[in-house]
This record gives sequence, C-alpha cells and structure tokens, in this order.
Amino acid sequence: MSLLSCHNLSVGYGGVKILEDLNFSVERGDYLCILGENGAGKSTLMKTLLQLLPPEGGTIETGDGFKRDELGYLPQQSAIQRDFPASVREVVLSGCLNRCGWKPFYSLREKALARRNMERMEILPLAKRCYRELSGGQQQRVLLARALCATKKMLLLDEPVAGLDPAMQVSMYHVIEELNRKDRITILMVSHDFEAALTYASHILHIARGGSFFGTVAAYRASAFARSFARRRGEA
Amino acid sequence: MIDQICQYLSFPFVRYALIVGVLVSLCSSLLGVTLVLKRFSFIGDGLSHVAFFAMAVAAVLRFTNNMPVILLITTLAAVLVLSGGRRMKLKGDAMIAMLSVGALAFGYLLMNLFAKTSNLSGDVCGTLFGSTSILTLGPDQVWLCVGLSGAVLAFFLFFYHRIFAVTFDEDFAQATGVRARAYNQMLAVIIAVIIVLAMNLVGALLISALIVFPALSAMRVFKSFRSVLICSAVLSVACSLAGILTSILWDTPVGPTIVAADIAAFGLFSAAGLFTGKGSS
Repeated sequence: MSLLSCHNLSVGYGGVKILEDLNFSVERGDYLCILGENGAGKSTLMKTLLQLLPPEGGTIETGDGFKRDELGYLPQQSAIQRDFPASVREVVLSGCLNRCGWKPFYSLREKALARRNMERMEILPLAKRCYRELSGGQQQRVLLARALCATKKMLLLDEPVAGLDPAMQVSMYHVIEELNRKDRITILMVSHDFEAALTYASHILHIARGGSFFGTVAAYRASAFARSFARRRGEA
Repeated sequence: MIDQICQYLSFPFVRYALIVGVLVSLCSSLLGVTLVLKRFSFIGDGLSHVAFFAMAVAAVLRFTNNMPVILLITTLAAVLVLSGGRRMKLKGDAMIAMLSVGALAFGYLLMNLFAKTSNLSGDVCGTLFGSTSILTLGPDQVWLCVGLSGAVLAFFLFFYHRIFAVTFDEDFAQATGVRARAYNQMLAVIIAVIIVLAMNLVGALLISALIVFPALSAMRVFKSFRSVLICSAVLSVACSLAGILTSILWDTPVGPTIVAADIAAFGLFSAAGLFTGKGSS
C-alpha cells in the first residue's frame, strides 16, 4: 500500500482545471520531484495534495497508516510573513502544534523537538531574533525547521531553494537528502531545478498540459520529456 | 485633581464605566493584533456598521433588550466575511466595503422610516460616536460585559499557540492537520462579541481605533508575537483609563477622547521605534 496515491487526479481553481488525469503513487522512503514549466500547475498540485484546494476530479488516497497530521510542509514565502512580529523560536515551535492534540500549551517534549530542529538547521543562536529581520536564507531555514517539527513521515517542499544563493542551495539539498536517507522521511518536492532533481530524487513527476510523466529518474532520463525539457531550458 | 477623581469614583456609574472600559479595551487590543496581521484591519469598521444596522432593526422592532439581536446579526456577518471570503469571487476588502456602507445606509433608513423617537439625530449620533452611553450602564450590562470578556480572555489564553499558528501561516496550519478553519470561525464569533461590547464604549464608528491602534503601536517597538500582544493589551487599557478619566474631569465625549489617547500613544511608540531603530514596517 502506498503512502499516497492519486488516480485520474485533476487540479485547478474554482472549476477551472489546470492539470488533468494525473496518476502517480508515493511509497515510503521515496524522493519525488515534481517538475514542470512555470504556470504548469506545480504549486496548485501541491496545494491539492495538502488538501488546501479540493481536487477538480479523481481521487487522492492515503495508505500504509499515513495520517494527515504526520506531514510537514515548507511553503513558498508569502508576503504576509515578511512583516510579522515573531521570534524564530515562536515560528519553529508552531510546527509542533499538530502533536499537541487538545493540550493548550507545548510540553517539554515539543520544546525539546523544536530545539533539536533549530540545532539541526544551525539557527539556535538566532532563536530570540525577529523572523522578519533575518536574511532570505535564514528565513528559509527557520521555515524548514518548523516543517521538520511537524513531519513524522512525509515532507512536502514548494521550491525550497528559490531565492537562495548557490552555496545555500547546496546545503539545503544536502539537508533534504539526509532527511530522506537517514530519517527515512518521504520527500515530495516541487522544483524547477532540473539538474538537482535528477541528482537527488528517486522519482520524477513531470507535469505538462499535454500529458505527464511519472517514473524513476532512470526512466525519466530516457524519456522524451527530459530531452525536450532540457532543450527548452537550454534555449532560454 | 486626585481628590476630584476619588470623589467621582464614589459614583457607581463611574466605576462601571471604568470596569467596562478596561475589559473592552483589553479584549479588542488582543484581537487587534491578530486582525492587523491577517490584513483584516478594516473588519472592525465594517462589522461595527453592521452592528449599527442591527441596532436599528432592534429599535424598529421595539425590543427592550437589543443585545441578542445585535450579537446574532453581527456574528453572522463576521462569519460570512472571514470564512466565506475565501471562496467568493469578491475580494475581502471589497466585501467589507460593501457591507459597511450598505449596513450604515439601511440602518439609518430604517431608523428614519420606522423609529418613533423625538430625537433621531441624537440617537444616531450616540450610536455612532458612543456619546455618553458608557456612563449610563446598569449593573446587569456590566455583568454581561464581564462574562463575555472573561470568555474572550479564556479563549485567548487556551488557544494562544493556535491563534499564533493560524495568524502566522494559515495554510501551513491547515496542511499539517491543525483545524485552521475552525479557529477562523471562532475568531469571527469573538470579533462580533467584542464589537458589540465596544459599541457601548466608543460607539460604532470608533471601534476600529480600539482594534487597530494599540496593535500598530506595539508593533513599532516589539518584535515577538507574545511581546506585541502583551504591550498592546497594557497600552490599550492605559489609554482607555486615561481617556475615560479625562472625559469625566473635563467633560469631553468618551469615545473620541479614548481614541485621541490611542493616537497619542501611537505617535510616541512610532518615535520610540525610530529612535531605537527597531521599528520596521
């Protein structure tokens, strides 16, 4: 049984379908990269998988004992967060909320978890700083630490390296790879970084209006999708 | 002046006004932080006009106790705007603008056509600007206010972390299994409760000031959510106390005096924010 499987899934906004007939499944420990042109519907698909948008058709099934509150999510930074008065610690701790049940306050266990994830992202010295005063890379690490607090089995990332400098991008990919290999966390990543996707992922979902590809990285390399995508990127 | 204040404090109506003033400003400032950060600064204004409309309806129907009607109508409008806004074609701010103007117009129309009162403009002015109604509160109204504010404060205390999560990033909260929509609905109900409470204090028009100013002032200087909340609450209570005492001593209208105090505090905090270099946006 797959953690997540989609059958004939269509996604879009308010009755308008952007993508149709997606079929793919995610097994435990997979590293799936979702590729596609700008405007192909990558973020819409992500929001549908997160149940922030209803599917416009088809089904999303969860299995293998996977529950909705066992996933973490790294969103693209929205404008609303940029001027928000919040300390780094407050932001990271808020990722633990789905472990709290009906408890009104965080217990020592959740505070320790937040601390561990801040250490892991090397932002513990920033804990008392204001989130909005950090650099883009630091903010991204804060949001990833928050996502890790919420993650038990699966982590969804929407353009995790967008806006980061090259060195930060590499370290971000290493962190994600380590989560996948060592902690056996299933990764779903939306990206337009073609090279990195082929390097790190185990599976590729390439979405396009005319039809989509889903399979392992090796199968993807051999497909016409990869060749045409690479060629178009070369021209651009 | 101290003697004069002590003398006034011996009147029950002054004590009632102070109790209600402190409670309402405390609740509205806490809620204000969330609303300002969720880009809903104007919802207080819109809903207060709906409350004015509800008051007109209650007056036309000759209800002696108009509180339940006002609460019901305002709550419905709040839920509609805050949770329905997402799905509708109309944007949130356009929706609030429509609701606000429409409710004000229909409220006044109703009062004009049906209300049998000799002092219509006085009534309308009192409802909108709060004139002296806070000085005419009875014990039962004070107890109602104490009960409702207690409920609001308890909600804030118990759901503090959830309110933070839903305010900071609603999508993340919803996606990771926190029931963000449910908390939004609860916030909508609370907004309605606070607005109906605050109408007695500053009147329908000036409620926005109670909601927005303390939060914005606190954000000039403080940088974490908790410190902003605490500062905003303390500041709001202080300004309301100062405003009520001033208005009693020098016989100025209560609502506008409180708002003037809030604006003065905003000026001070902005200066402090510039001076310490902490205040950004």
